[in-house]
Amino acid sequence: MSTPIRDRILQALVPADGEGKVAHGMPEITVPAAALLGLVHRLKDEFHFDMFLDVTAVDWPQRTPRFDVVYHFYSTTHLFRLRLKARVPVAEPVVDSLVSLYGSAGFMERECHDMYGIVFRGNADLRPILLYEGFVGHPLRKDYGKTQEQPLVPYRT
Amino acid sequence: MDTPVGARLPNPIRPAFDRGERDDSVVVSIGPSHPATHGTIQVIAALDGERVQRVDVHCGYLHRGFEKECEDHTWHNLIPYVDRLNYCSGLINDFAYCEAVETLMDVEITPRCRYLRTLLSEYSRLADHLTCVAASLMELGAMTAFLYLVMIRDYIYEHLADLTGARVTYTYGRVGGLARDLPAGWLTRLAEILEQYEMFIARIHGLVDRNRIFIDRMRDVGVISTAEAINFGFTGPILRSTGSPRDLRKDMPYLAYAELDFEVPVGIKGDNYDRYYCRMREMDESVHMIRQLMEMLPAGPINVDDRRCTLPEKHLVYTEIESLINHFKLIMDGPDVPAGDVYAAHEAPNGELGFYLVSTGGGTPYKVHVRSPSFVHMGGVHRLLEGYQLADIIPTFGSVNMIGGECDR
Repeated sequence: MSTPIRDRILQALVPADGEGKVAHGMPEITVPAAALLGLVHRLKDEFHFDMFLDVTAVDWPQRTPRFDVVYHFYSTTHLFRLRLKARVPVAEPVVDSLVSLYGSAGFMERECHDMYGIVFRGNADLRPILLYEGFVGHPLRKDYGKTQEQPLVPYRT
Repeated sequence: MDTPVGARLPNPIRPAFDRGERDDSVVVSIGPSHPATHGTIQVIAALDGERVQRVDVHCGYLHRGFEKECEDHTWHNLIPYVDRLNYCSGLINDFAYCEAVETLMDVEITPRCRYLRTLLSEYSRLADHLTCVAASLMELGAMTAFLYLVMIRDYIYEHLADLTGARVTYTYGRVGGLARDLPAGWLTRLAEILEQYEMFIARIHGLVDRNRIFIDRMRDVGVISTAEAINFGFTGPILRSTGSPRDLRKDMPYLAYAELDFEVPVGIKGDNYDRYYCRMREMDESVHMIRQLMEMLPAGPINVDDRRCTLPEKHLVYTEIESLINHFKLIMDGPDVPAGDVYAAHEAPNGELGFYLVSTGGGTPYKVHVRSPSFVHMGGVHRLLEGYQLADIIPTFGSVNMIGGECDR
């Protein structure tokens, strides 16, 4: 990983109301949810981050806003990764979908929607992917009990 | 029992479509329990005669709450769970996970451990590719080739059982090292197996590479371009089969890969044949690397001398109070991992296997997320299936090598 390009990206992309840092060798930018789509556009077009690796969320029940939506990108040109975080509140857990930029965002946003209830605005297909139709709640939220059960087929007694 | 069983149960999925492009199109549901979907996956396909117009892929039938369960156990106790992600190459999961935890703890593993993990990663890649190629060939009717390949794979499983005590789910990685060092004579047997591998892989090349039936089923089927593969997040042999030499072992070298001599095989046009050939060539490169590593393997300890993660020697646990308490705390509370988050990825046989870990300090993870290549590949696999024949779903799906354990978690 070349340090100059990493610094250049951090200088160019960290918005005034966001923050940038390098954690364990990986640049990380925290942005307001509203600025996400514009920033990822620039990331892809100007800095060649052409691969959308992953999206997930982290639930901090005691914090406001409650969720971090965490993205990982990879550049097949510069050969390094970058992490983006957007904070969203539990009352309106909405971020813009990245399906218009990356095909891989479709499935991964569906999973994140399943597990945390994050709504990806612009992703027309947020059907359950790892869970089943009719599942109530979002199992990776901290307030979903580990032993909570909702079987689709009743248990045989 | 008047109503049929299916009518009494709710459908767990909602297909994206219930009709095809034309009035006489047929929509069929393939799977989730189908012998050729090896892994539990459901493909809804709209057909025009034998041609697939559109597919909707559903996974999740093997979802077992891996990530939720991880939040309730110590960092060490997750190792048996990560084994069960890609169960064809459990060791690579172990090492990628351990590296993520070690990065958070700022632990540097010993040289012997580093070379040994590299060797075992390549050995696992060999076993994984053997499984994938064998299964795909069997589905095309090549029973002899299948038996040759799984015979070698079984030698590897038995050989790994000598080292780890298990054939498939090894639980061999440890945060800061490995479970145990190599038993006597292990490397001698390794050299024998590699020679047998070469003998039988030559027969596979002879039986399959220029076989008319095989070429007709594989060439120009399931084609994908580099740009589209990157757009859908494809990594590993699928991306390389399109001609793009992207391999984390070269691009972001980890473990001992920077010191090894190896090539990254690529395909020509990203069809089923290229994916087959990439895997065959990658296995040869793995053997080449294993032979180098057997020469390079240094002596010395396999575990770091760090009381935060490494268990004390057994005789010390029995004889001194400090080690007894250390052992007790490591088992009951888990290693104390500083707060922070990290993403660590290894080049698994199917592509980029990443672990995103969040720690708030203490012995239990706050969050564990797996970026599993199989799940990402399922998000774009419709591009490989649409426009081809119904029967092509089987070899194409085989060449993608979806592993239910890591796809559904």
